[in-house]
Amino acid sequence: MWLKFEPRPEPSKAMTYLSPILAVGLMFLSGLILFLILGKSPVEGFKVFFMNPLKDSYGVAELFLKATPLMLCAVGLSVGFKANVWNIGAEGQLLIGALAGGWLALRFEGSNSPFLLPSMIIAGALGGMLWAAIPAFLRTRFNANEILTSLMLVYVAELMVSWLVHGPWKDPDGFNFPQTKLFSATATLPILLAGTRVNAALVFALGALVVGWVFMNRSFMGYQMKVAGQAEFAGRYAGFSAKRSVWIGMLAGGAMAGVAGISEVAGPIGQITEHISPGYGFAAMIVAFVGRLSPIGILFSSLLMALLYMGGEQAQQYLALPSSISKVFQGMLLFFLLGSDVFINFRPRLVRRRK
Amino acid sequence: MELSFISSILFATVVAGTPLIIVALGELVTEKSGVLNLGAEGIMSVGAVAAFATAHHTGSPLLGILAGMGAGMLMSLLFGISALTLMANQVASGLALSIFGVGLSAFIGKPYESIALASVTPIRIPLLNKIPLLGPSLFEQQGLVYFSWVLIAAVAWFLYRSRSGLVLRAVGESPVAAHSIGYGVVRIRYQAVLFGGAMAGIGGAFLSVFYTPMWVEGMVAGRGWIALSLVVFATWRPMRVMIGAYLFGGCMITQMFVQGSGARISIPAQFLSSLPYVATILVLVLISRNRSTIRINSPASLGQPFLPDA
Repeated sequence: MWLKFEPRPEPSKAMTYLSPILAVGLMFLSGLILFLILGKSPVEGFKVFFMNPLKDSYGVAELFLKATPLMLCAVGLSVGFKANVWNIGAEGQLLIGALAGGWLALRFEGSNSPFLLPSMIIAGALGGMLWAAIPAFLRTRFNANEILTSLMLVYVAELMVSWLVHGPWKDPDGFNFPQTKLFSATATLPILLAGTRVNAALVFALGALVVGWVFMNRSFMGYQMKVAGQAEFAGRYAGFSAKRSVWIGMLAGGAMAGVAGISEVAGPIGQITEHISPGYGFAAMIVAFVGRLSPIGILFSSLLMALLYMGGEQAQQYLALPSSISKVFQGMLLFFLLGSDVFINFRPRLVRRRK
Repeated sequence: MELSFISSILFATVVAGTPLIIVALGELVTEKSGVLNLGAEGIMSVGAVAAFATAHHTGSPLLGILAGMGAGMLMSLLFGISALTLMANQVASGLALSIFGVGLSAFIGKPYESIALASVTPIRIPLLNKIPLLGPSLFEQQGLVYFSWVLIAAVAWFLYRSRSGLVLRAVGESPVAAHSIGYGVVRIRYQAVLFGGAMAGIGGAFLSVFYTPMWVEGMVAGRGWIALSLVVFATWRPMRVMIGAYLFGGCMITQMFVQGSGARISIPAQFLSSLPYVATILVLVLISRNRSTIRINSPASLGQPFLPDA
């Protein structure tokens, strides 16, 4: 017997939504096996990794805190991904956003102006857009592959952060730690819920989901992006500009990643350090795919991804496993999703092997 | 400038270029079959840690290389299942492999951090290593350096002089035509993907067993992505991969030498460290500027899934 995939006459709508659930199920299953291989009790491992983080309300608040940058980046990236614009450099755009907004916080230290915080957020968005504009320009003007250029710029952005916090922006009273001064209260995002670290950035993120939904589903430009991704030639025939799709896709991703970056440094971190993001920009790609590039899906998948981050921390603390285990889970999840997606367009069938 | 100084720059350039050559040639063969595997960074990372662990436990660098190769093939098999059997988007599958591989290597490698391996004595080629200036830089090298040269010739011969190479290119140019005259497109693509994985694994092994020789999280540092860019730079031709790899090797080494030379230069280290990445972008721009260069040279079906029996 031989498993064969038969094309469906039409893509299965049900499988489009079932596939992420199947992928999550497979990820849980492999998680159990992984704990077994590592010589841990699978039940205990599962509890520590997936349930411990949410055992109290503080944990739930942390979940939303960690989901915020993922939501922001993913909704921005999804705009480009819809049009097959592969911005994989959100991590770098996030960092530059943090630098651009953070610069204002440091420059106007102690200012009581109510405009400081909004300006920082805008600067963050602009910084991210600027960093995303480089691959967009190189793609539209010189045909350079945006996958490779946007990724290379992540390394450049990381080095730029490293230079600033080791050099010009280093806190002179910071005992030589590579970090800037702490942002003053007026340059820090207000906490939404007392006793937690959840801050106003969650509002931006939820707002971005709504705007993203309206853009993709109710605007002509969003429609053009979708056509560009699903039927490139049809789009060209209809006179939709491919270059514009690249620009919109890249800038949307950059802007949102930039806001995520400034929200981290003006939020839970409170200063610029070398460790602004534990790979949110990369994880956000998985969030976007698992969320089916739709804002509602992204809401759920960003929470799941945040749980994976927190699970990794718990596993480090209680199971003596490296916290990078969360990245193993993230990678597995994306693989399982891509694999499960075969059922959207194909029907599995057992056939007798041909002689 | 002293002769020995130039010689040592040359030596280091060849060393830095070697993993790029090996990985890029593997990817080149994969791409020639019409498959774009963006997972090189992840494969290299896992290859590096597998090779390091094996070399550490067995004391044998050769077993280390084999372990890196095996790990690379396993990783690329994951990509194959996703992109070839399940016909998932190749770009997304490759990204998944990179994210997964980098994470997995950090996870496996944790216990191996801060262990160093004994450095491996290079292989001297008698007589040739006596050539002034070039001798020590070219002929007193690690075995994998010579392997990379053989690989260039082998890949060039395979692609352009052998029957199987012709079939592989046919699969990359027109999978439907190749399929219709009876070639197993998916099988051939699997072989190409596995070869690419094996080479990326060896490239990773070179880094952790010979180049540094230790394991640090993130030590691949974008070399997988640079190797992918090199394939574009080389317009899918094996000889040009070597030229590109040594140019990049030179770029990486020069910045290290400048950093190492100390006080006279007041450029922040981070600026110099970013040079290879900036250079990659520049090179991509220069090559891609002319659309027809890319269109003529890239395999026609690159990145498109193939559906058997349709």
